[in-house]
Amino acid sequence: MRNLKWLKSSYVAMVMVFLYAPIAVLITYSFNANKSRGAWTGFTLDWYGKLFQNDAIISAFGNTLLVAAISSVVATLVGTAAAIGINSLNSKAKQLVRTITYLPIINPDIITGVSLMLLFVFAREKMNIPINAGYLTLILAHITFNIPYVIFNVMPKLRQLDQFTYEAALDLGCTPWQAFRKVIIPEISPAIFAGFLMALTMSMDDFVISYFTTGPASQTLPIRIYAMTRRRISPEINALSTIVFVVVLTVLLISYVSEGQKERKLLRQERETRQALHIRKEEEV
Amino acid sequence: MFKSKTAAAPYLVWMVIFIVVPLFLIGYFAFTNAEGQWTLENISQVGKYMPVLMRSIILAAIATAICLLIAYPLAYIMSRQVGNNQRLLLLLVMLPMWMNFLLRTYAWMTILEKTGLINRFLGLFGIAPLNLINTPGAVVLGMVYNYLPFMILPLYTIMIKISDSLIEASRDLGAGFFDIFRRVVLPLSIPGITAGITMVFVPAISTFIISRMLGGGANLLIGDLIDLQFYGNTYNPNLGSAISLVLMVIILLCMSLLNSFDNEEMEDVLL
Repeated sequence: MRNLKWLKSSYVAMVMVFLYAPIAVLITYSFNANKSRGAWTGFTLDWYGKLFQNDAIISAFGNTLLVAAISSVVATLVGTAAAIGINSLNSKAKQLVRTITYLPIINPDIITGVSLMLLFVFAREKMNIPINAGYLTLILAHITFNIPYVIFNVMPKLRQLDQFTYEAALDLGCTPWQAFRKVIIPEISPAIFAGFLMALTMSMDDFVISYFTTGPASQTLPIRIYAMTRRRISPEINALSTIVFVVVLTVLLISYVSEGQKERKLLRQERETRQALHIRKEEEV
Repeated sequence: MFKSKTAAAPYLVWMVIFIVVPLFLIGYFAFTNAEGQWTLENISQVGKYMPVLMRSIILAAIATAICLLIAYPLAYIMSRQVGNNQRLLLLLVMLPMWMNFLLRTYAWMTILEKTGLINRFLGLFGIAPLNLINTPGAVVLGMVYNYLPFMILPLYTIMIKISDSLIEASRDLGAGFFDIFRRVVLPLSIPGITAGITMVFVPAISTFIISRMLGGGANLLIGDLIDLQFYGNTYNPNLGSAISLVLMVIILLCMSLLNSFDNEEMEDVLL
């Protein structure tokens, strides 16, 4: 049995080494004095300083945040409304809409990207709609692939809703809109927020769909990075990614620790309740 | 229950314009030429690229199989941990996904190339530099690396639902390690396996970044072909659409073979 435990731990460790090896390389080279990724020539923090003077990287990072913020907010609003509407449809229509909504999730990114590119080209050339590749097309594309994540987060929560609380609110004199705002929205808000977060991260990380729908003036960070990989990644990018990585790690660790504390507190409460019950039983005896 | 069909109206319009119409446009471009006349020439030209198509399918299938082999035991080990340990492992699996995948793939170039970390390490022992990068193996490695978390997560999600008492019961009834796996754990984890296979195979077969960065010019995949038709010197959106259409048909066929197009089940595992 002890052997098995040792085997398990080393297996997990091996997979982790595989997952983190390139990340370790990246972080290490962000401190390398040498500009090329070839040799290690000493420790430096220069790239972190230069990063903030590199307008191209900073503006690409800004674009990424801007596009992610706008597209995930719009996707959350449209998607939440859509989830409620889809839930009210009859089962045949519901199934059809769900299947189509699945397409952007299940289709390869390259197909979604190419199809949207064709849509914009077609609108521009055949229908004379002045929609040039740039921020607008980029944001439209991002909203499109973000909405399904919101819908599929909110819909299961709507199915679990207790319908009687809503009806009780109506009986107590609420208008349907008031009851919706005060009863349903608070109930489904965790799912809405989860969908929003998912949309935000998807949007920030997207490369392929942006690559086919953006213009030269609206480059996001992944696109900038792709342009660099053809020649050489500048060490400033390594520095930026290291900062982002450390921020994400910190946020996740904080939530990990606080969840652990919550769990411990629950366990303690449970133990105390059990002890209290035990004492009462003894007294009764 | 609160009901309002009109709430779906803005999305339904959006869905038609940005999901349905674009997919129809792929079909339209695939069956027309540059002048807009109907033709079957694009589709028949796809036949010329059969070797690329086969390579894409084979490499993606190998990568998917390796992902499954690596992820299955790991997901099982994770699902049998308690409390803090389980959450920590989950965090460790998801964390790499927050670092841009282009950069992580680029880092593999640093590791694999002729003067890269592995070859320099081997050089210490006098082993001649191995030819690691620009090989089909490097492309498979890149796929396994990038999509492994997409295999681990659905498997883990389904395996935490397998109760310990079920495993204990089968042990009490005399089942050995292998029997428990074959008769209890494996059948119960099938939805996770099919979801994982879909989530790895689909991006792997359509990638054009991994093959370009780790495969060099000789290991083009179907994704590279599509990219070349739209952004390369051989600008030809009609042929590009035809290749995209073929790719989509291949993926739909594979998925209906897997029989995993069950929406509700997928939703349970994926989100």
